[in-house]
Amino acid sequence: MSRRLEVDVAIIGGGLVGSSAALALRGMGFSVALLDKGFCGAQASGVNYGGVRRQGRPIEQLPLSQRAHAVWPRLKALIGIDGEFLRSGHLKLARNEADMAALETYAATIAEQGLDLELIGHNGLRERFGWIGDGVVGASFCPGDGHANPRLVSTGFAAAARRAGVEVLENTPVEGVTRDGDRFALDAAGNLTLRSRFVINSAGAWAGPFAESFGEPVPLSRIYPSMVVTEPMAPVMSVNIGMTGRGIYARQVERGNVVVGGERALPLGDVDLSRPRGEGALSIMNRAAALFPGLRHAQAIRFWSGTEGAMPDENPVIGPSRTTPGLLHAFGFTGAGFQIAPGVGEVLAELVRDGETETPIEAFSIGRFKEISARTDAGSGAGQNQEPHQPGEIRP
Amino acid sequence: MNGQSTSERQQPLIVGAGPAGIRAAQALVKAGLRPLVVDESPACGGQIYRQRLVPDGRSSRDLYGSEAQKAEALHRDFAALDGRLDYWPQALLWNLRDGRADIMVEGTSRQVAYDGLVLATGATDRILPIPGWTLPGVFTLGGAQIALKSQGCAIGSRIVFLGSGPLLYLVAWQYMKAGAKVAAVLDTAPFSAKFNLLRGLPLFPSIVLRGMRMTAELKLGGVALHYGVGDVRIEGTEKVGAIAWRQDGLEHRLACDGVGYGLALRSETQLADLAGCSFAFNQRDRALLPERDAAGRTSVAGVYLAGDGAGITGADAAERAGERSALALLQDRGLPHDASRAATLEADLARIGRFRDVLEAAFPFPAHWVRDIADTTTLCRCEEIKAGEVRAAIGQFGVHELNRLKAVSRIGMGRCQGRICGAGAAELLAHETNRNIEAVGRLRSQAPIKPVPLTLALAAQPEAAE
Repeated sequence: MSRRLEVDVAIIGGGLVGSSAALALRGMGFSVALLDKGFCGAQASGVNYGGVRRQGRPIEQLPLSQRAHAVWPRLKALIGIDGEFLRSGHLKLARNEADMAALETYAATIAEQGLDLELIGHNGLRERFGWIGDGVVGASFCPGDGHANPRLVSTGFAAAARRAGVEVLENTPVEGVTRDGDRFALDAAGNLTLRSRFVINSAGAWAGPFAESFGEPVPLSRIYPSMVVTEPMAPVMSVNIGMTGRGIYARQVERGNVVVGGERALPLGDVDLSRPRGEGALSIMNRAAALFPGLRHAQAIRFWSGTEGAMPDENPVIGPSRTTPGLLHAFGFTGAGFQIAPGVGEVLAELVRDGETETPIEAFSIGRFKEISARTDAGSGAGQNQEPHQPGEIRP
Repeated sequence: MNGQSTSERQQPLIVGAGPAGIRAAQALVKAGLRPLVVDESPACGGQIYRQRLVPDGRSSRDLYGSEAQKAEALHRDFAALDGRLDYWPQALLWNLRDGRADIMVEGTSRQVAYDGLVLATGATDRILPIPGWTLPGVFTLGGAQIALKSQGCAIGSRIVFLGSGPLLYLVAWQYMKAGAKVAAVLDTAPFSAKFNLLRGLPLFPSIVLRGMRMTAELKLGGVALHYGVGDVRIEGTEKVGAIAWRQDGLEHRLACDGVGYGLALRSETQLADLAGCSFAFNQRDRALLPERDAAGRTSVAGVYLAGDGAGITGADAAERAGERSALALLQDRGLPHDASRAATLEADLARIGRFRDVLEAAFPFPAHWVRDIADTTTLCRCEEIKAGEVRAAIGQFGVHELNRLKAVSRIGMGRCQGRICGAGAAELLAHETNRNIEAVGRLRSQAPIKPVPLTLALAAQPEAAE
C-alpha cells in the first residue's frame, strides 16, 4: 500500500533537534512531517549523559547555547513535562595547576557572554563541596547550568510535536531525497512518498549521506558515549560535575542514582549499535569511587551507550545548504548537543519562516568544508578522517 | 589463563554448573579439552540440584526426593572432572563480547579470552505483579525451594503456594514432606486443564504418575487444593498476614505468614543477548528467546545454548542439551564426536519437548490476569514503579515497544534490569496497546548483568604483557 503526503516541512531525524524544530514550526503554523528511522529520541538525544551545560563550550556556540538556556526552565509549559531538569549548577574540576589555568583562561575569554562563571580555589572547594575527594586543585562553577533526563526530554518533544499536529512517522527510514522543481520528493519506508517545500536534515550520525546527496560531503564520524549508573544513593553530589580533559563527568538524579560518564564505548558489528567496554567502564567506576568518597560502597547496576555524530572541529553543522534552496542542515553535535538542541530547533524554524535568524550561526556553516569537498571526490570517502583541529588553531 | 590447555586454541567457556553445564563440561573433558566453568553458586548442581551450604544431616533423598540419584550422579561426575578443567565457583560473568568475558571472582574482575562458549544460564521464576507481592514473606517458588534445599529453612509457619507450573505442586509437596505447614495450593488454572496430563502418559508415564501421587499425598496431608483462582491479593502491612482470592465468583480468604508464588519459569537470556545471538518468539514460553538449532548452536558461531536458559525444558532436558551442545562444539572444531550419541540426545530432547507442550497445556500462564492489575500495584519493585504510572507513560508518550517503555517509565532500569518485572511489563504493554505479546519486543540486555561494586578492580592480566 502506498501513501502520499504533502507538507511544508519534512524533517529527517526525530532527535531533540528535529522534534524541537517540528514543534516550533507547528507553532508558526507550518504543516510538518517528522520522520525517524527508528523511534524518536532513541539515538543520541536519548542516550547522552544529560548535561544541560553551557560552561566549557567554544565561544562561537555560546549565543545559541544562551538561547537554549531560556528554553529549559519552560519545558513543562512547552512539552508538558519538566524532563527532570534541575538547575543544579555545573562544576568543572581541575586536577592540576595547568587545568586550573585553562579554566581561568576560558572564564576570561567568555566573560562577556553572561555565564557568570565563578573560579573556586582549593579551600573554597573544600568548604562548599566537601563531598569531592582529594586530587582536585580548584574548579570553575556555572550556577545556571544543570542536568536533565535525556530519555524523557527528547521523547517528550516528539510526543508534544505529535499532539501539536505534526505527522510523526517512526520506524520510517528515508530512502532518498531529491529536489523536484520547487519541491522536495522524499521516498520513505512503507511506500511513503512525501513532498515538501523544505527539508531539515537532522539525522544525527546518519546525516552524512543526505548532505552528500546534495553535493555537500562532510567529515562526519561517530562517537559512542559510555555511561555507568549506580544504584540509588542518599544525596552524594549536589551539582553536575565535569572535569577538564574530560576524564569523568557525573551527576546524581533525584531518585538517587548517580550517572557517571567517561571513556568511549565501541561499536558492535553493526556500527549503529555500541556497548561500553568492560575495562573502560571499570576504569570510570574506579575513578568515580576515588573522586567521590560517598560512592565507595556503591554498586554499578547498569551501563549504557549510544551513537552520536561527531565533527573533526567539534562544532555542529547548522544552517542552510550551500547547494540547494530549502534544505537546512543540523547535525554533528559531537557529544554536546543536548543543551543547545532546543535552541537549534527554534533557529531552524526561523530559518524556514524568515530565511534568517538573529542568533549567530555562521561558525557552523556547512561551507567550512567546501575546500575539502572541492579537492576530493564526494564519493571517494577521502577527507572523511581529518585530524581534529587543535585548540587555538584557526579554523577554515 | 593457566596455560594448561591441551589445545593450542583457547579454552571453551561454560557458564553455569547446573545439569546442562556439568554434562557439557564432562563431554568436553572427555574429548581432551580443558574448559573453564564459571558459576555464581558456591557449589555445582544449579538450582534444581543445589547443594546444602553446610552438612545438616539431611540425606540426598531428603533434599531431592525421587531425583536423588540424578543429583548425586551430577555432583559426583563433576567432582570427578577435578584437575581436568578450571572451575570458578562464586564467580559472576558480568560482561561478554567478541570472545572475551569479564568475570568477577574473589573480589576482582578478570578478563578471559575464550574459544567456544556454552551458555547454561538457567532460569528464574516468572511472575505477574499482584497486590502485596512485594511484602516480606512472599517468595518465588524457586526461592522457596532454594531456602528449603540450601539452608533448611521454611518461608513461613503457615504457607500458601500460588501460581502455575509443575514447580507449584513440587515445592508444596517438598515443604509438606519437610514438616512445614502448607495451608493451601492455589492453582491459577482450572482443574480441567489437568486432564491434558493424560496426553503426557505415553511420553513420560513415570513423571505423570509421580505428579498425580504428589497431588494425592498433598490432599491426604490435609492441604487444600484450589483451582481456577483469580483476583489474588496478598494482605498485610509489614509482612504477609493473609491471602485472598476469587474462585467461581466467590471470595475466599486464608490466614498465612508465607507465600510461594510463581507462574512457571523464564529463561536467563542476558548473556546470549550480549553474545549477539538473534532472538525469536517462542509460543510455549510466551517469550522472545535466543534461537538455537537442535544441537544448541546459536546464530553466532562458537556460541551454544543448553538448558533452561534457552527455553524452559527442565532438568532432564538440560543434561542432554548440555552434552549435545558440547558435541556440537567438538564437531564445529573438527574434533571427533559421537554422531550416534548426538542423534540419541536429539531424539530424547524432541520427546521431552513434546512433553513440555503437554505441561504447558496443563499449567497455562494466566495471561488474562494482566487486565485486572490495579493501578496501585507495584510493577517494578527495584524502581518502585506502579502499574498506573506505566499505563500513564504508555499513553503520554505513545509507546508501544518495551525498550521505549523502559526509557520513559524506568521499568527494568533497577538492580534486576527487568529480570523480575520484564515479563509483567511486556504483558501490560501488549494489553494496553492491544498488540500481541511478541510485538512489544523484549528488554535489551546490558552489562553488568548483575550489580558490581564501583570499586571492582581489574585483576592484573598476565597475557596482556605479551
